[in-house]
Amino acid sequence: MVGLALPGTAPRISRNQTVRRIPLRRTVSDNLVAYAFMAGGIACFALFSWYPLVRGVLLSFQRVNFVTAPEWVGLGNFTALFADPLFWIAWRNTLLFTGLALLLGYALPLLIAVLLNELRQWSGFFRMAVYLPVMLPPIVTVLLWQYFYDPGNGLFNTVLRGLHLPESAWTQSSSTAMISLVLVSTWSNMGSATLIYLAALQNIPGELYEAAELEGAGVWQRVRHVTIPQLRFAMLVLLLLQIVATMQVFIEPYQLTGTTNPDTITVMVLVFRYAFAVNHDFGLAAAMTVLLFVVLGAFSVAYLRLTRERG
Amino acid sequence: MTAQRTLISAASLRSRRGRVVYFTAFTLTALVFLLVFFFPLYWMITGAVKHPAELALPTPTFVPRSFHPESYVDAWSKLRIAHYFVNTVYYALVGWLLQLTLDVAVAYALSRLRPVLGGLVLGMMLATLMLPAAALLVPAYLTVADVPVLHVNLLNTPWALWLPGVANAFNIYLLKRFFDQIPGDLLDAASIDGAGRLRILYSIVLPLSRPVLGVTSIFAVVAIWKDFLWPLLVLQDPEVQTLSVALSRLSITSQVAINELLAGLVIASLPMIVVFLIFQRSILNGLSAGGFKG
Repeated sequence: MVGLALPGTAPRISRNQTVRRIPLRRTVSDNLVAYAFMAGGIACFALFSWYPLVRGVLLSFQRVNFVTAPEWVGLGNFTALFADPLFWIAWRNTLLFTGLALLLGYALPLLIAVLLNELRQWSGFFRMAVYLPVMLPPIVTVLLWQYFYDPGNGLFNTVLRGLHLPESAWTQSSSTAMISLVLVSTWSNMGSATLIYLAALQNIPGELYEAAELEGAGVWQRVRHVTIPQLRFAMLVLLLLQIVATMQVFIEPYQLTGTTNPDTITVMVLVFRYAFAVNHDFGLAAAMTVLLFVVLGAFSVAYLRLTRERG
Repeated sequence: MTAQRTLISAASLRSRRGRVVYFTAFTLTALVFLLVFFFPLYWMITGAVKHPAELALPTPTFVPRSFHPESYVDAWSKLRIAHYFVNTVYYALVGWLLQLTLDVAVAYALSRLRPVLGGLVLGMMLATLMLPAAALLVPAYLTVADVPVLHVNLLNTPWALWLPGVANAFNIYLLKRFFDQIPGDLLDAASIDGAGRLRILYSIVLPLSRPVLGVTSIFAVVAIWKDFLWPLLVLQDPEVQTLSVALSRLSITSQVAINELLAGLVIASLPMIVVFLIFQRSILNGLSAGGFKG
């Protein structure tokens, strides 16, 4: 590949020579062997990744019922979406969830990582503890929290009662439902970000802190002028990853508040409703995912650009 | 242990004030971590052995007053957790084997055999990393319901989990990056000795690649065990469901005693916790290495 990029004709001649030295029959059979190795993998990618991607876009312009041939409806699915009040509610809820999850879950892993990096003992225990929820199957986490959130006898209200604080209906009240979902999601996901920050913190050269301290910088100034700038890349990457992940939130609203609750219905829950729960309208669901894909695609591209520049 | 210099210097920790602050911070962190990360699990495990009457008390008991481990047995047989457990183990093991075999073959071919258009194939595979899982949900479901060319319906069969699982670009990326680092001389020597490509893969590349095979294996099994939305869609027949999907269905549709449900949750978590305790190192290190894929 590098040879192609070189200007002038000299490299190209030498490249042709090396190609010519290998007998043609040999290269054909080599390629056949290579593609035989890859056949299974390529078939799976083609059937379950590449083809569905194209089909998803096509579907968003079609009406399908699996009895008659798909019917082209142009932008019909999209106009139907915009006319559905749930569409706007789902987007508003998804943005609210993402925003609250950032507010609560974005700074927390960073703070925990900085703190853990200063603790000289039990570092294995702390790392294990914070990652434990990530290992649990999400349904276990969500059902366990559902049990904690129980307004009557749940753990949380029992504690609040014990402390003589006002109780909450948690997931069952429209004012607290969303924040309850965000709490579960943050608890179960923040372990990965914490460990990635910890790894990044361990790569900060100690001399930077030494130098800052010699210049008379206090702890907070060292955090501001050494730690944060050194973690800038990790912080940006994790910001993008968290946005992409939280905008696809599904299991928390699906299990804790149901697929019909307008307080917490999110984009993915609505996709599920369109396609699988209520109308079996796959065209409408595909149109909704295409919109989500466009929004998330921008973040994904930014993420890949960033990591490629660094890597 | 001589640790690396961090935010706070070792010298300032040795001062009297430093020691007090450190001790307070350490104790508080340990307590908060126990409370936040371990207490919910403690509550789940002990809740399962409490009698339903004890669970219904207005003030919960910190240490179980009644001890009924038979709720685990009830969950195992009455809720048929055993059945779903076996389902999930079966899906995870075959899925892992298939994923690893086919992805190793692709990565090996791309890394060592370098076929025509290999770069394009790799590029198209890596491009799927940019796809949010949500984007493929609906069309992939329809594809599984009626696979193009073959015209078979994979819904409610394990193939609906296994085949899409093979299309894992992150595996291929990790494996290929590792294979790329194996010295070419080693493989050339084997080739001169008359070893075929499959033989080279088996007896040289794979034994050298144990670390990366370990990490990809752990992540593959954990991902299948934890997956929820996809199996929820493609395995709607209760007989063939995974443990996660079955637990969700049981909690929504039937009146399950809370201690039995909690026991079910413990059983569903146990394999993951065991995997975590055994492979903690690989998981935590693999995470920080894979954190910045791309």
